[in-house]
Amino acid sequence: MNNKPIILFAIGQFDEHCLNSLAQDISVEYRWPVVVQSVEMDLNPFYDENRRQYDGNKLLKAIELIDTETYFKKIGLFQIDLFIPILTYIFGQAVFNGNSGIVSAFRLKNELYGLKPDHPLLFKRFKKVIIHELGHSLGLIHCQHPKCVMRSSTYVEDIDQKSAHFCSSCKLKLDKLI
Amino acid sequence: MSKNISILIVDDEESVRDSLFNWFVVDGYEVACAGNAKEALFQIESRPFDIVLADIKMPGMDGLEMHRRIKTLNKDAIVIIMTAFASVETAVQALKDGAYDYVTKPFDPDDLSHLIRNATKHIVLKSENELLREKVLSLENVEDIIGKSDAMLKVLKEVESVAQSNSSVIITGESGTGKELIARAIHFNSPRKYFPLVSVHCGALTESLLESELFGHEKGAFTGAMFNRKGRFEMADGGTIFLDEIATISSKMQIELLRVLESKSFVRVGGNKEIKSDFRVICATNKDLKKMVEHGTFREDLYYRLNVVNIHVPPLRERIDDIPLLVNHFIKKYCSDMSKDVLTIEPAALKRLESLEFPGNVRELENMIERAIVIGNNKEIRLKDLPLGSEVSYTSVESLNDLEKKHIQQILAKYDWNISRSSKALQIDRVTLYNKIRKYNLKPE
Repeated sequence: MNNKPIILFAIGQFDEHCLNSLAQDISVEYRWPVVVQSVEMDLNPFYDENRRQYDGNKLLKAIELIDTETYFKKIGLFQIDLFIPILTYIFGQAVFNGNSGIVSAFRLKNELYGLKPDHPLLFKRFKKVIIHELGHSLGLIHCQHPKCVMRSSTYVEDIDQKSAHFCSSCKLKLDKLI
Repeated sequence: MSKNISILIVDDEESVRDSLFNWFVVDGYEVACAGNAKEALFQIESRPFDIVLADIKMPGMDGLEMHRRIKTLNKDAIVIIMTAFASVETAVQALKDGAYDYVTKPFDPDDLSHLIRNATKHIVLKSENELLREKVLSLENVEDIIGKSDAMLKVLKEVESVAQSNSSVIITGESGTGKELIARAIHFNSPRKYFPLVSVHCGALTESLLESELFGHEKGAFTGAMFNRKGRFEMADGGTIFLDEIATISSKMQIELLRVLESKSFVRVGGNKEIKSDFRVICATNKDLKKMVEHGTFREDLYYRLNVVNIHVPPLRERIDDIPLLVNHFIKKYCSDMSKDVLTIEPAALKRLESLEFPGNVRELENMIERAIVIGNNKEIRLKDLPLGSEVSYTSVESLNDLEKKHIQQILAKYDWNISRSSKALQIDRVTLYNKIRKYNLKPE
């Protein structure tokens, strides 16, 4: 047990009200203090010209290196298209049982799929992915429960299918982990 | 579902290994990594992985070669090849060599999830299939073969071991011992069980009829051949043909049969087209085929072709222990057929049955029980319900003298050795009866 908060590093243009709401909701879900901090970061070194995407592995390492002592868990929030070498894209990733993760809102936006922008929906999706990745950083694996936030999602529609909450089984595991 | 499934990732690029490692770990799989084929083979030697996800291009040994070596170490491992667009052709070659699937790098997260989920399903289905196969291997369709005696257990053991093979079988045994049931048990416990079991009673057919029956005929082959007709060998394609009373077939048919067994092909009567059929042969006979070969009445080459495995079904008199079981089985069977409450059998009646010779074997016992149920009192089978008079008296007699002796003895017993009444019943005079008693040395029991 420690009293260090979970921090969300906002890298890029984010609505402040939206960030605060995210922190609040995540804090409720984890029953843990969550703070938000906007960070300036040069993303050029993480850009892959061939893929025209940003390297998720390198970004994750960069987040890991930020202030390793002060925070319980660190999640980098982005607005860019993330990839890892083996996959065409990722919504986010975290170090399993580690202390950091990254999540991008880029592929969660309706506009990318030819639909009208839907900010409340984007907020919900973003929140679910952050809670999900934080879960991995705490040692939770994917869950088969259809509504559990820890269910694996490879499409945005999968994210919409699940809730922003843990199933009873994951909640139980989480209580033991925190 | 993903629990207990182990995955080995083989790629020379660390970033690929790490990415996949993280991806599968959070999915709940047991994951290990290897940087090259040598390391991978070393790991596979020490523990069997369920799934191996291997890059096709690696220094030292490529994915194809590694796939072949993995299969020699662990043939059950599912190998998925990862490839770049440029090497799709080699990936196709890997599929031809038995790889489960291939993915082109980089892949969609969903494709990867589907691929691994399908492979996992495949593994689960395979293990289910193995369990079912084990279940199938325990003998099925042997409910009608009643018997716990050592002799019958030996027969069932032989059925079990021969069923999985494709060898020809000769079932020998006296008439009524249940040779056809044994043939059915072999068929329904063999891999051919989903295909037909075709029975031919060779003894019931003339040579020309048997020929047409076995090989089929073309329209117009002989008078009355109005249509093309498939023969029994053709019908048994994929399955088993059971040739009962094989000893009765003519010399000509023996030659024909030998040819068919050797080539597994034949021509319909009146036809000219060679027809192929994949069947297994099981024959049955109550004759001593070996003696027939010695006497020249059965072809030696055919005998050896058929007699790959011989199962001898013992006569009922050699498995007396099974009589109570058989009696109960037939009582249940016929009471059910006749919509009667299940009867019991009087101990004395059962004891008597156990003392009989049963030349007609199980079939004879079955008929006796059926008859007793029909004529009995609907409560139990009594000694007097069993046809132990005229019919059974034949069972242990061999000559007319034996028959006469037994019959006189039974009549004397029936009339408490009252000579007058016995002679009247036998329709002989008293003097003749006395002479017979002296001749056969008969005494009151």
